[in-house]
Amino acid sequence: MEDERSFSDICGGRLVLQRRYYSPFCREFCLTCPRLSLCSLTAVTCTVWLAAYGLFTLWENSMILSAAIFITLLGLLGYLHFVKIDQETLLIIDSLGIQMTSSYASGKESTTFIEMGNVKDVVINEAIYMQKVIYYLCILLKDPVEPHKISQVVPVFQSAKPRLDCLIEVYRSCQEILAHQKATSTSP
Amino acid sequence: MNLPHWALCVSLSSVPLALHSVPAIHSDLGLLTRVPGSLGFGAGSRGLKVLGEVGCLPAHTRQDPNQRQAGRVCLGWVAWGRGVALHCPPASEASTVLSFQQLFWARQRVPGMVLKAFFPTCCASADSGLLVGRWVPEQSSAVVLAVVHFPFIPIQVKELLAQVQQASQVGVAVLGTWCHRQQEPEESLGHFLEGLGTIFSHEPWLQLCRERGSKSWSCKAIRQQVPVAPGVPSEDQVMLIFYDQRKVLLSQLHPPTVLPDHQAGDAVASSGGLAVVFDTVARSELLFHGDQYDEGPVRLSHWQSEGVEASVLGELAKRASGPVCLLLACLLSLVSAVSACWLWKLWPLPFIRSKLSTCEQLRHRLEHLTLVFSTQRAQSPTQLMSSNRIGQLADALVPVADHVAEELQHLLQWLMGAPAGLKMNRALDQVLGRFFLYHIHLWISYIHLMSPFIERILWHVGLSACLGLTVALSILSDIIALLTFHIYCFYVYGARLYCLKIYGLSSLWRLFRGKKWNVLRQRVDSCSYNLDQLFIGTLLFTILVFLLPTTALYYLVFTLLRLLVVTVQGLIHLLVDLINSLPLYSLGLRLCRPYRLAAGVKFRVLEHEAGRPLRLLMQINPLPYSHVVHTYRLPSCGCHPKHSWGSLCRKLFFGELIYPWRQRGDRQD
Repeated sequence: MEDERSFSDICGGRLVLQRRYYSPFCREFCLTCPRLSLCSLTAVTCTVWLAAYGLFTLWENSMILSAAIFITLLGLLGYLHFVKIDQETLLIIDSLGIQMTSSYASGKESTTFIEMGNVKDVVINEAIYMQKVIYYLCILLKDPVEPHKISQVVPVFQSAKPRLDCLIEVYRSCQEILAHQKATSTSP
Repeated sequence: MNLPHWALCVSLSSVPLALHSVPAIHSDLGLLTRVPGSLGFGAGSRGLKVLGEVGCLPAHTRQDPNQRQAGRVCLGWVAWGRGVALHCPPASEASTVLSFQQLFWARQRVPGMVLKAFFPTCCASADSGLLVGRWVPEQSSAVVLAVVHFPFIPIQVKELLAQVQQASQVGVAVLGTWCHRQQEPEESLGHFLEGLGTIFSHEPWLQLCRERGSKSWSCKAIRQQVPVAPGVPSEDQVMLIFYDQRKVLLSQLHPPTVLPDHQAGDAVASSGGLAVVFDTVARSELLFHGDQYDEGPVRLSHWQSEGVEASVLGELAKRASGPVCLLLACLLSLVSAVSACWLWKLWPLPFIRSKLSTCEQLRHRLEHLTLVFSTQRAQSPTQLMSSNRIGQLADALVPVADHVAEELQHLLQWLMGAPAGLKMNRALDQVLGRFFLYHIHLWISYIHLMSPFIERILWHVGLSACLGLTVALSILSDIIALLTFHIYCFYVYGARLYCLKIYGLSSLWRLFRGKKWNVLRQRVDSCSYNLDQLFIGTLLFTILVFLLPTTALYYLVFTLLRLLVVTVQGLIHLLVDLINSLPLYSLGLRLCRPYRLAAGVKFRVLEHEAGRPLRLLMQINPLPYSHVVHTYRLPSCGCHPKHSWGSLCRKLFFGELIYPWRQRGDRQD
């Protein structure tokens, strides 16, 4: 079962949440971030080239212009490969674990998998981010030595930064699965 | 009450036991209330298996519905082939630990319990047969290792499994049946497969089935012993997880989760569900020796069935490596013996050797080679063996030295004038300036004298550059040190002069105030001076104070130059350190065989049809490069300067000499 809904992120950009329910114990949430806008790309390129042209008039060395072109190209490629995240996915499988995947604009994917034995809970936290107060979903991990303590907090959807309404949808689904997992688990 | 309440179902496939003292056994899933003391029971224990600590989930007890306690599973038995009754004394009590051949957890039947079946991708196209692997009850997961094909003799299969179990300490057993059939289901095969369930009984019994040529799978896990409704075997929901057996076999998880020590037989993995899978596959190598094409009694299908990997060159290299290693080890020991010879211990050779970083590097390289013999060399350097290149380099060196000396002369002329607008003491200025100029003149003459021989020396030195890039860099560092030797000398002269001046000034300042430094007590004491002592002291003090700016300026200039040279040498040393400690093998492994170094796993959901079991593909998530370097760093030389910034500034202010080349194990000069 698959459905798609449109939300907005904390800056007002448009996000698309795709939910796939593969089975009662396996669900996937896919958040698509807004694409690289042409305006910002043009603005950055123009700034860099104007600066390069200014330096060129100062020093009359044409290497500066070629260098500016290279810098722009390499910078764009580096941005697409290392910084710009296109899609963030959360896959939660009962009794196996939670997997978070970030796909970059250049196609690179980075995945983290947390086993269900290490997951204590999934919660929505409130945080102060610059001048804003935002909500974010995070996974609380158990301490292997002391099961009642929390050893780590792993935030989810860090690049997409959806708003509370989107987070509540994801939170509810995750809690259903976690409740089922806790009911059927062997260890306390 | 001090006994935990819990419900536990145990099934034993072998001889039923007679119970001595029968506790209160309830018919529905062996609900147990209170059992006094320890129980005795009849024979039937075959081999000991310690289960360790497990958490127990109690069934709805009569007294406390939600009580949960962890207890130590101590003993269990079975009565008449089924049923339950299990008693667990409190954890603090030392208990007699008994075990049985197959002892299983079966929890309270909760609808929707998922069973995970890890299935190797290589067996997905194998013919029908029996599934062989390991059952992990705590995670409710079955790790399938191989498929045994028909025809087989059950006794031989059991023997092979016992053999593997003994060799690898992994509880390998028959988990179920695998059916790879044509479009129309064959009834006879189905009945035959079900009949196998009685020969190799396992709880739960897996039945995986796939239609030839299609992607639809069907899986069933049947539990005979714990019926929801009496008489009807219950089924669990199954989730299939495919894994690449060869990659999981060769891979190594970081950080390696330490599994608890294994006594004979199965042990409970207290953490890391996936680490158990990796561990199981890695330890069952013995199972992968036989193949379905071999003539042995049992025909298996696993990752080796796709073709045993080998290469002719690889095999030849393996055979040749033994004698080659031996030969090279002999040569290295010869070289080490020569270098440890007593001739090298005659002074001043050890002193020179400790100062030249090339010798240090050569020694390190020799140690390295002797210790880890098969390591490749750091980098194959560009060979400067052609005399053309050496000649060019030699021709370039002398003008560079000349240029440096000329620049120094300009600097001194500038100092002798009015540097930066400061007014110097004429006489002292001229004296110092002429002294240093003469020194430079000597140095230039020396360089010109040596210039015919430089080419030969460089050629011989360049020979040793074939030992690696690090040696070449160390040679460079030493050449820089030798070429800037006069700067070092100037720094020493300036520093000594300045140091003397500062000590003199501080001592005369104390005299001015009527105090004295007590060497015995290491402190400042008051002292009464004579009049003429005071007079001369004050005079000298005044002279020193007025000459201070000149000396300080010379000291400052030469110290800066020296620090510049030291910085350049330090950077080269850092680079050499970096190259030495870089784990090239691990980086190469991460580049070419990323599955060997695993940070974890990742799952991908395969095509899903309603009504069919969920299928996932488990792939290895390789370790990021930064973690590879961090984890596998080789120990570096350790030649870092031991100064902190504070002590460095203090030394500079008081004019004490700075020695930047402290090597490991060097005493204070």
